[in-house]
Amino acid sequence: MLQMKNVSKIYRTDTVETHALREFSLIVDEGEFVSVTGPSGSGKTTFLNIAGLLEELTGGTYELDGRDISSLNDKERSRVRNEKIGFIFQSFNLIPELNIFDNVDVPLRYRGFNAAERKKRIVDSLERVGLASRLQHLPAQLSGGQQQRVAIARALAGEPRFLLADEPTGNLDSQMADSVLDLLAEINEAGTTIIMVTHELALAERAKRNIFVRDGSVSDSPPELHLAKAAGA
Amino acid sequence: MFRYYMRLGILSIRANPALSALMVAAIAIGIGAFMTMFTIRHIMSGNPIAEKSDQLYYVRVDNWDPSEPYDEPNEPPEQLTYLDATGLYEAGRASRQVISFRSMRVMEPDDADAKPSQIETRATTADFFAMFNVPFAYGSGWDKTSDDIQDHVVVLGQAMNEQLFGGEDSVGKTVTLNGESYRVVGVLDYWSPVPLFYDLNNNPYNEPAQLFLPFSVAIAGEHDSAGNTSCWKPVGDGGMSAFLASECIRYQMWAELNSEAEKQAYLQFLDAYVEEQKLVGRFPRELNNRLDNAEEWMEYNEVVDEDVGVLLGLAILFLVVCLLNTIGLLLAKVLRRAKDTSLRRALGANKAALFSQYFVEASMIGIAGGLLGIFMTWLGLRGIESLFIEYDFVSKLVQMDWVMMLAAVALAIVSSLSAALYPTWRACNVTPATQLRIQ
Repeated sequence: MLQMKNVSKIYRTDTVETHALREFSLIVDEGEFVSVTGPSGSGKTTFLNIAGLLEELTGGTYELDGRDISSLNDKERSRVRNEKIGFIFQSFNLIPELNIFDNVDVPLRYRGFNAAERKKRIVDSLERVGLASRLQHLPAQLSGGQQQRVAIARALAGEPRFLLADEPTGNLDSQMADSVLDLLAEINEAGTTIIMVTHELALAERAKRNIFVRDGSVSDSPPELHLAKAAGA
Repeated sequence: MFRYYMRLGILSIRANPALSALMVAAIAIGIGAFMTMFTIRHIMSGNPIAEKSDQLYYVRVDNWDPSEPYDEPNEPPEQLTYLDATGLYEAGRASRQVISFRSMRVMEPDDADAKPSQIETRATTADFFAMFNVPFAYGSGWDKTSDDIQDHVVVLGQAMNEQLFGGEDSVGKTVTLNGESYRVVGVLDYWSPVPLFYDLNNNPYNEPAQLFLPFSVAIAGEHDSAGNTSCWKPVGDGGMSAFLASECIRYQMWAELNSEAEKQAYLQFLDAYVEEQKLVGRFPRELNNRLDNAEEWMEYNEVVDEDVGVLLGLAILFLVVCLLNTIGLLLAKVLRRAKDTSLRRALGANKAALFSQYFVEASMIGIAGGLLGIFMTWLGLRGIESLFIEYDFVSKLVQMDWVMMLAAVALAIVSSLSAALYPTWRACNVTPATQLRIQ
């Protein structure tokens, strides 16, 4: 379970203080598929970065699986990221000089698995996203949709409890976007908790729950989505 | 993980070949310049008789002008008079002792058609070879009896034996010097101490003499000196006999003293000797006798030219400049890879893992720089050799041995790791979220 209570995040320069998150509270239960929507600059990505331990919070508390994250040192935070969290980025973030196999291998290396275990997990996860036949391809030899599938396979290979996706279909056409969302839904059905940041309401509708973020806080009334859902109903 | 980091290092080097080549070149040039000067200084300051340099003492007594010292502030002469050299030698107060001087003779080949040639010889006493650990290929040195009876015997250097006898065992054969026959009793193996510690009154980087003969024979035969001779008062008439009785200094003396007690006893003996000489009107100055061991004697003679120290300092500065360039290049490379670094952080790499990864890569660049640096050093040494080709001794200073090669690679690795510290620290402290947000 992911639980944030009154989390704040302030970016400071010499002259300016920017409150990216303020009094941000949220609970995400195991197995949920949560979409996070909101206007640009509302704090969606900051929330995701803090949830993924990529940034430290300024105030409040954050517990992941009952463990207070703010008390962890770098090594422990890295371990939590590696074992419990998978990331999917809008720009895929594959390492261009590594082939598909080696890209998926990256988090497994830091996990300390032996070669046989790593190979099994890599092949399994790539099979799951339908790219087992492209092990030796470089990212540049794949389409955008395929690259995002590789990124998903990389996130899945370590069997994380949480999958954090930041605009996962932002760089894809609608057909590829659908296919990626289908895949995420399937992963969620298999038990992985997914938190997906998106600014597209149509995509947000695919989640089981939607969180609307405005001015760095969870808003009680995400009107557009409710309207959209009401119209759909 | 080490092999994984090595693979990542190779991939990174391949991905940025120009930047990587620049880093390797910067390290190699810095290492090359530094190691060139360091090698020369290392050879110049080497101790070729380190195994017993604390047992070998150079003997000095102060027979000089009462009105001014031989050298400021109050240094005794660097050589001895014939009277003192032979007087101290004959007293036999050390376990081994040697007197010697550098002379020239004309070698007359057996082949009537071949031209005679002037050669450098060293006139010395029997203990020279054992005292200085001189290696023999054939035969041995002469004994004290040969000294006493002025036996016409010689020991040939390896090169001379090669020239005269094709490198074969020539013991028992004869050579002719200035019309006199000498019997070969020994042939040296290769022996070329650098610096030429036993005679620092001449160029310390000269090759050793290729022919050794008894001191007594050289004196009796009035062999010309090829070394330095200094006098502080006129010799007077009477030719060689007058010179030998004069206060002119020409001869070097070494004593082998195996303990501090022996050294102190020998110093007391020197004092007593000088006091005795004062009674006959010699040694007008205060007691000022010296015993310097081989290493002290080399230091006293400043066998390492001051200019070499200055050049070494400049080479160190140049190496630092090259390293600063390398830091800049590494920083550029690391910052270009900030996204890659952030991604690895997001995927579970801790700072220590990233530090290791970048350090392995920096080491690979360092090793490449070191290997190229060895080649640069070799080029530098050959360049110096060709600049000073007319000086034979220079070729002895520009030799690179495996210790120097290992030192070059080690220095390159240490340098590249030092250069990698700041860029790596920067890389490890990049906030992952900042870089991963860039699209």
